[in-house]
Amino acid sequence: MRRIIAVLLENESGALSRVAGLFSARGYNIESLTVAPTDDQSLSRMTIVTSGTDAIIEQITKQLNKLIDVVKLRDLTEGRHLGRELMLVKVCAANIDQKDEIKRLVDIFRGHIIDVTESTYTLEMTGSSEKVDAFLEALSQIELVEVVRSGILGISRGKNALKAPPLS
Amino acid sequence: MILKGADILVRCLQDEGIEYIFGYPGGAALHIYDAVYRQDKIKHILVRHEQGATHAADGYARATGKAGVVLVTSGPGVTNTVTGIATAFMDSIPMVVITAQVSSHLIGDDAFQEVDTVGITRPCVKHNFLVKDVNQLAETMKKAFYVATSGRPGPVVVDVPKDITAQTAEYKYPKTINMRSYQPRTKGHIKQIERGIEILLQAKKPIIYSGGGVVIANAGPALTQLVDILKFPSTSTLMGLGAIPASNPCFLGMLGMHGTYESNMAMYECDVMLAIGARFDDRVTGELAKFSPNSKIVQIDIDPASIGKNVAVEVPIVGDCNEVLLVMNEQLKTKVDKIDRAAVEQWWEIINQWKTKDSLAYDLDDKVIKPQYVVQKLLEITKGDAYITSDVGQHQMWAAQYYTFEQPRRWINSGGLGTMGFGLPAAMGVQLAFPHEVVVCITGDASIQMCLQELSTCLQYGLPIKIINLNNQYMGMVRQWQEFFYDRRYSHSYMDALPDFVKLAESYGHIGMRVEDPGQVDDVLEAAFSMKDRLVFVDVITDRTENVYPMIAAGKGHNEMHLKPGDQDAQERELA
Ligand SMILES: Cc1ncc(C[n+]2csc(CCOP(=O)(O)OP(=O)(O)O)c2C)c(N)n1
Ligand SMILES: [Mg+2]
Repeated sequence: MRRIIAVLLENESGALSRVAGLFSARGYNIESLTVAPTDDQSLSRMTIVTSGTDAIIEQITKQLNKLIDVVKLRDLTEGRHLGRELMLVKVCAANIDQKDEIKRLVDIFRGHIIDVTESTYTLEMTGSSEKVDAFLEALSQIELVEVVRSGILGISRGKNALKAPPLS
Repeated sequence: MILKGADILVRCLQDEGIEYIFGYPGGAALHIYDAVYRQDKIKHILVRHEQGATHAADGYARATGKAGVVLVTSGPGVTNTVTGIATAFMDSIPMVVITAQVSSHLIGDDAFQEVDTVGITRPCVKHNFLVKDVNQLAETMKKAFYVATSGRPGPVVVDVPKDITAQTAEYKYPKTINMRSYQPRTKGHIKQIERGIEILLQAKKPIIYSGGGVVIANAGPALTQLVDILKFPSTSTLMGLGAIPASNPCFLGMLGMHGTYESNMAMYECDVMLAIGARFDDRVTGELAKFSPNSKIVQIDIDPASIGKNVAVEVPIVGDCNEVLLVMNEQLKTKVDKIDRAAVEQWWEIINQWKTKDSLAYDLDDKVIKPQYVVQKLLEITKGDAYITSDVGQHQMWAAQYYTFEQPRRWINSGGLGTMGFGLPAAMGVQLAFPHEVVVCITGDASIQMCLQELSTCLQYGLPIKIINLNNQYMGMVRQWQEFFYDRRYSHSYMDALPDFVKLAESYGHIGMRVEDPGQVDDVLEAAFSMKDRLVFVDVITDRTENVYPMIAAGKGHNEMHLKPGDQDAQERELA
């Protein structure tokens, strides 16, 4: 089953490679991994999308917790949660017909055209991975120049929050 | 007090109470070596190869329970330590390895003797640090020792660029450290302990299976007390030997690939298993699909990731083995009468039946020396009181099988990584920690050549180690597998062109002896051990084709042990 694991880790150089190294050394799947500093500059937050049997997921969370740089983590899929992905797509927009069709699709999916050149449009799409996938599918008649996806960012719903204990 | 980085490093070690640094100098480490020179609190032991430094520090740590300390230069100094770091990591040994690094401004430029130390060692350390600011040096050192020695211990690398060792900062060694990202849990959850006890009390065919974690947690006495309260049959992994005295009537000997028949059969047939500080390694479990099919397992371990990793567990108890066992023992004292003694008695009868197989019996010969006999004789001469280090191979298994350990931390070997070359340098660390104790390195003709250069270190520091080389002129363990599983195609397991070990020992300034005649073994060993202040290298020419029995072959379960030739079961059960 697909899992979304949110990890708070010390914002240290090398912390990312410890996580990435753990996944490759133990042969765990990584579907996507995103990381950036949080509002607290001493911490980074990572969202890892992975899959495996329950036993494997249990090992993944335990092994992640064992990394000294990991402050806290949560398997978001265990509770109600939200996942969002950002995609940028550069497409061929050479003639009016194509431009109209692209504009129409972007409107339907509530995306944005964020850059326009003579022959290309760059589109921005945010949403669940399913929505982003569906948008790409809808673009099947259009020539894609380049596609870039952020991977999923996850957060749990309600009052639950993944927060670090205060720095001592 | 304002100090140079190099002096801060050394002061940290002093304030940490470190006795010995095992190291080897080089360019990037020169400021540190200068600081070592300008003090006399800590003794520096100059090895002959950085691998030797790591194993020596590791041996010191295994014997004392304190962190071993290594100091090496950048580049090749670091890469030479990797085997030793990985060895310590696999067996959860506390160690702090200080590696010099090229100056900060050169990092990333492929500078002379630059390697990505943090990157190279990352998968085989508990944690590692690159010090980027001299003001953080002392705190980093404190963290390194804290991480290395707490929770499930392990090696920690501190990489220190040369310029940092020359810069100055105010020195203050933190008394304590608190890391928000690392707070190992030591107390077991009381509800879980109670659930575990419930299961133990219901057992009709119980087994206690303990491992290296018990030794590391200094939980030997607590485990022995538990066994004495429960009177349950008990077995140990290779790494746990000595935690419960081998002479304890409940002790069945080692389990696993070369464990006793009764241990493995009891693991297979049991209905309740209490695993303590043991991690269900494949050399212990045999084929997982056939592992202990009818048991409920209670597992105690300080590392949650070790619980339920290979085998599903009924009751996990996360905590320090010693703390958990002490609580358990207290509770059990008032509950022992709930045990179904009649059932456990019946279980003991079955086990005693298995014992009659005498799976460690071997045949003596009057023409060739049997390696098993040599170990038994060693046990006798040293009154079971020696520190025994070993290398890896058949000799290691014979040492584990025939030297019956009565105390923890006496059996010092590389179990997890299985590192040939470990034995001699590890013995140096042990001998330095305990100058007045008898330290024996049981080795093989192939293994001893992997860190042989340390004979020179032994001379320099006057370490009176007794090296017992069980010389079968083969990589015996490799040969054994080739005999069993490759139709006797002995591909490169033959040790051609062996040195004359007696002369070799002599050329290093030690005493060398050789024994080939079974009738002379006792005398030669007696003579070797009578030389209390000299290193004696005893080259024992043993039966070349002796094999380690009993054995669980690959893919087999605990109930499918291969016993020594001539045993009925052995003939019934075709290997491979
Ligand atoms: C560094 C290293 N290389 C290879 C091996 C694989 N190996 C395991 S046992 C063994 C043979 C050991 O021979 P020896 O030291 O003579 O011991 P014996 O088995 O003959 O007692 C080898 C090569 C290892 N364990 N470690
Ligand atoms: Mg040999």
